[in-house]
Amino acid sequence: MAALAPTAQAGQGDESRLPKAHSWRQWLDREAWRKAIIAIPYLWLLFFFIAPFLIVLAISAGTSQVGIPPVIWKDTFPFGTFDNYVFLTQDDIYWQGYLNSLRNAAISTFFALLIGYPMALGIARASSTWRNVLLLLVILPFWTSFLLRVYAWIGLLGNTSWFNRGLTSILATFFPFWVTGDHIQMMNTNFAVVLGIVYSYLPFMILPLYATLEKLDRTLDEAAMDLGSKPWEVFKDITLPLSLPGIIAGAMLVFIPATGEYVIPSLMGRGDSPMIGRVLADEFFQNRDWPVASAVAVALLAVLVIPIMIYNFFQAREARRGST
Amino acid sequence: MKRRPYFLIFALIFGYAFFYVPIASMIFYSFNKSRLATVWGGFSTEWYGKLLDNQQVLDAAWLSLRIAFVSATVATILGTMAGMALARFAGFRGRTLFSGLVSAPLVMPEVITGISLVLFFIALNGMIGWPTRGFTTITLAHITFSLSYVTVVVQSRLASMDRAVEEAAMDLGSKPLRVLFDVTLPIIAPAIIAGWLLSFTLSLDDVVITAFTNGPGSTTLPLYIFSKVRLGVTPDMNALATIIVVLVGSGVALAGWIMHRAEKRRERDVQMAIAANK
Repeated sequence: MAALAPTAQAGQGDESRLPKAHSWRQWLDREAWRKAIIAIPYLWLLFFFIAPFLIVLAISAGTSQVGIPPVIWKDTFPFGTFDNYVFLTQDDIYWQGYLNSLRNAAISTFFALLIGYPMALGIARASSTWRNVLLLLVILPFWTSFLLRVYAWIGLLGNTSWFNRGLTSILATFFPFWVTGDHIQMMNTNFAVVLGIVYSYLPFMILPLYATLEKLDRTLDEAAMDLGSKPWEVFKDITLPLSLPGIIAGAMLVFIPATGEYVIPSLMGRGDSPMIGRVLADEFFQNRDWPVASAVAVALLAVLVIPIMIYNFFQAREARRGST
Repeated sequence: MKRRPYFLIFALIFGYAFFYVPIASMIFYSFNKSRLATVWGGFSTEWYGKLLDNQQVLDAAWLSLRIAFVSATVATILGTMAGMALARFAGFRGRTLFSGLVSAPLVMPEVITGISLVLFFIALNGMIGWPTRGFTTITLAHITFSLSYVTVVVQSRLASMDRAVEEAAMDLGSKPLRVLFDVTLPIIAPAIIAGWLLSFTLSLDDVVITAFTNGPGSTTLPLYIFSKVRLGVTPDMNALATIIVVLVGSGVALAGWIMHRAEKRRERDVQMAIAANK
């Protein structure tokens, strides 16, 4: 025990308390490999995650120029400028992009919760044999290609597909005043984007919800039932409040990546009101405007800092609970 | 007096239909004879044959597989280290930053990761002449985002592992390094394999970060599919998608089943060992 976990002392920079190593081998056993295990992935992330972000920050404070590299900084202090950020507030396409993204992400999160919660509850309440099968069926789409699952929906939504035609005729039977023609335009609409996001990110909603719901103490339900609660009241007063950490984790796991989504709006959305992910990519690939693209990225991260912090806060709280 | 939860059963049926009907439809139409992707024109496997003659698809698939193999392997090594550091070493300097760094790529929108990595690679190339955009940069980017997933999987396995086994080996005189290789790593091996598989499929599937970090002539399979799908649904794309979905799906299902069985057997062994010692 002592050798594997003296980290509380050794890690605090208080190495002097350890007995002096007598051979290289001993030293290796005691300290070096442990330091290597921490240092190698740490340095990798500092180098390939923090450094790139600092570069983006620096470029967002530069000025676009024609040449290589297509960015230039001022010669004098403070070297950078806020012009690119000011520019973001002036052109409607950026405002619209952020708003479209936040709105679509919020609507998608809501529907993912609406579909995912009963599913997660159903899985958690199923018998243990069924539970494994049902869980595997949720995880399987998560492992199979994201792009191809979006592609599968494109096939269904198209104006000539059996799904579109079938849905149209069903709707036309019940709402003849509302639906006319033999198809509904579904592709290249906001509806398609929301549907694509809900479909792609649903496993991210179900899995944390399931993890919370599965741990709930069912005797509480029985106690409430014995005291005269109706099933709906038991759900509203006990299950729902106790599953709040799962709801928040799932909602953040859908909302955050959905806000920056690029593939789904590019393939299924309208070209005239792009989400911000697509604005960023166009700025970078088509306009080759590195400073503005970087500023869009930094601003997007600033928008998402609050949801990311909420997510991390709840994750840390759950981790603390799990360890005690 | 237990009531059947009809609402939950309905929700499950609806949910799984939502998951699987589009995929089933896509597989069905990949056997369509008609050139029009959504109009049924009889059964045919000609689109599968055409794929095998398509050199572009084969090149892209081969490149994707190589990138996925290298990046999954490196990410698994780094992620296992990070998972051990977080689960086993309680208080080292900068631990909070480290755990933040590990979980950040999980929630970071891909466009942000993509643009920061490509600008970083260009700057780095300008300074030291490395890395060249293409295979190297895509692989480095994939390692960076897969690493986090491996870390989470390994860390949670280590957290739920019985530390008494490690302590027993230590008490019997094993050096920490021996304990690591003879006790800890074999026990967490299923998690490491799962992490590798997850990294492999994530790499094989990635569009956005690859689109930013790729270079001339390095079109991966997802990039090829993305550019084709932008132009619409075609029967040969249905066939390609079917091959990938069926291969990955059955691979994952098989791996899940094997791991489930191994876990069951281990539990049974433990039970028997306890019973034998009574």
